[in-house]
Amino acid sequence: MTMNDIYIHAKNLVYAYREEDGLKMPVLHGISLDIKRGEYVAVLGHNGSGKSTFAKLLNMILEPESGELVVAGRDLCSPELTEDDLFALRREVGMVFQNPDNQLVATIVEEDVAFGPENLGVPPAEIRKRVDEALETVGMTAYARHEPHRLSGGQKQRIAIAGVLAMRPSCVILDEATAMLDPVGRREVIETVERLNREAGMTVITITHYMNEAARADRVVVIDDGRILMDGTPREVFSQPEKLMAAGLDVPQCTALVHALSEEGISLKGTPITTEECADLICRALEEKKNGNRNA
Amino acid sequence: MKLILSILYIVCTFLCKNVLSFALLLLSAVLLLLISRIPPRIVLRSLRALLFVMLFTAVLNLLFTKGETELFAFWRIHVYVEGVYSAVFMLVRIMVLILSTSLFLTYTTTPIALTDAIESLLSPLRVVHLPVHEFAMMMTIALRFIPTLMEETDKIMNAQKARGVDFSSGGLIKRAKALIPILIPLFISAFRRADELAMAMECRCYRGGKGRTKMRVSHLHASDFVALLMMVLFGAAVLYLNRLGLFYTL
Ligand SMILES: Nc1ncnc2c1ncn2[C@@H]1O[C@H](COP(=O)(O)OP(=O)(O)OP(=O)(O)O)[C@@H](O)[C@H]1O
Ligand SMILES: [Mg+2]
Repeated sequence: MTMNDIYIHAKNLVYAYREEDGLKMPVLHGISLDIKRGEYVAVLGHNGSGKSTFAKLLNMILEPESGELVVAGRDLCSPELTEDDLFALRREVGMVFQNPDNQLVATIVEEDVAFGPENLGVPPAEIRKRVDEALETVGMTAYARHEPHRLSGGQKQRIAIAGVLAMRPSCVILDEATAMLDPVGRREVIETVERLNREAGMTVITITHYMNEAARADRVVVIDDGRILMDGTPREVFSQPEKLMAAGLDVPQCTALVHALSEEGISLKGTPITTEECADLICRALEEKKNGNRNA
Repeated sequence: MKLILSILYIVCTFLCKNVLSFALLLLSAVLLLLISRIPPRIVLRSLRALLFVMLFTAVLNLLFTKGETELFAFWRIHVYVEGVYSAVFMLVRIMVLILSTSLFLTYTTTPIALTDAIESLLSPLRVVHLPVHEFAMMMTIALRFIPTLMEETDKIMNAQKARGVDFSSGGLIKRAKALIPILIPLFISAFRRADELAMAMECRCYRGGKGRTKMRVSHLHASDFVALLMMVLFGAAVLYLNRLGLFYTL
C-alpha cells in the first residue's frame, strides 16, 4: 500500500471542547485510524462518544488539539494551512448532516444544489452542468424546480447529497444522515451513497446507529468514549457481541439470534450479518442435522 | 429588471391625480392581467386578503378629507365631495398597487430571482461598504425557513395544547400571554437551526460574497428595453392627463 492510497491518516488525535468557564472537556483521547481511498466505512458508537466531533475534525470545522491528521494529502495540523487550503479541503470532503431541514439553503432545489459550486466561484455554465449531473445521480431530476420544504425527508437528504456532489468531492461523510428518516427514505439515501462508492470510487464514511446499515459497509469502526474500540470488517466486529454491548451498542438482529442460539448450545458456524445469510445458515444447519440423523 | 419596472409602475400609481389618468391606470392594470394569464381567482384572493386595509383607508379618506362642497353631514361628521373622490381614488390606487406588485413579483418571479434582483440593484452600494450580498442571502434564508418555522409553530402549539395550554379563550392579554409558551421553544429551536445551518453552509465552502458566482445570470433582452420604454411612455401619459385637470384634481 503506497502513501497515496491512504485518504485519511489520523494518529493520536486529541480534541477537547472549551467550556464557557474556560475548562477543557476532552472528547477524543487519541484516535489512530487510516482510511483508504474508495473505502466504505461505518462509524458506530453510543450517544456522545465523539463520532460527530471526529467527523468535524476531518473537514476542519474543528481544529485538532494535538496528534496527526492528514486528509486528502493535506496536513491539517500544519501551521501553514491557509484559508484557501481549507476551502480546497471542504470541497473534497463533503458532509451531510442529520436534520434535512437545517442544511438546505435556497428556496428551490436546483438553486440549493448550486450553492456549493457558486461559493467555489465556478463559471455559470459549468454550475448548470454540475447541478444537472448531481440531481441525475441522486435521481431527483424531476424535482429540480420544487421547493425543498415540500419534499419528503429522504428526498431532502438526497438533495443535500446532490449539493455535496456538485462540488465534485472525493469523499462524503454522512453524520447520522438517515436518523430522521423512515425506512423508505433510509433505503433511498443508503442506496444512493453505495452507488457513489461503487461506481465513482468515492470514499464514504457513514456515522450511524443502525446496525443493518453498518453491516453493509466494507469496514466498521467502533468509537467508545473518544477511543477506537474495534476496527474491522462487519463480520469481525459483529462476532464480538459482548464487546459491542459493553460499548452500549447492539448487534444486527440476526447476529444476535445466532449468538443467543449458540449460548443455548446450538452452535452454528460463522457470523451472519444480513438476514439472508442468517436464513441460509440456519437452513444449512437444519439440513445437516437431518442428514446426520438419517446416517445414524 | 422587473423590479425596476414595478417600482416605476408604483411611482406612476401615485402620480395619477385625476379621473382620466385613473382610467388609464385601471386599463393598464387590466391589460397586464390579461397578458400575464394568471387565473383571476388567484388575483381576487390576493385582493380579498387586503380588503380590510383597502376599506379602512377608503373610510379614513372619506371622513377626513375637507373640501368646499359638502355632500351631507351627520352628527359631527361632514362628508365632502372631495372626500368621496379621494376615497375612490385611494381604493383604486391600492388595488392597482396590489395587483401590479403581485403580478410583477410574486406570481411571475421566483424568490431567488427576486433576491438576485435586489442584490444586483443594490450592488452599487457595495462601494460604501454596505453588506449587500449578506442582505440578499438573509432574505433567501428567511424565505426558505418561513414554511419550516410555520410548520414548527403548528407542532409546538399542538404540543402545548396537549399539555393543557388554552389558546382560544380569555381576553386579549390572556391570549397574548398564552403565546409565550409557543414563542420560547420556537426561538430556541430557531437558534439551534441557525447554528446547524451555519455549519452546513461552512461545509459547503460558503465565505460570503467574495469570489462567488451565480448559476443563473440574468441577461437583459430586447423585450426588457421595450418594456422600459412602454413604462416611460405610460408615465408620461399619466403626467399629461394630470395636466388636463378635468373634473377633479387632488
Ligand atoms: N459544541 C460543543 N461544546 C461542548 N461540548 C460539546 C459540543 N459538542 C459536543 N460536545 C460534547 O462532546 C461529546 C461528544 O459529542 P459528539 O457530538 O461528538 O457525540 P456523538 O458521538 O456524535 O453523539 P451522537 O450519537 O449523539 O451524535 C459529548 O459529550 C458532547 O456533550
Ligand atoms: Mg453526532
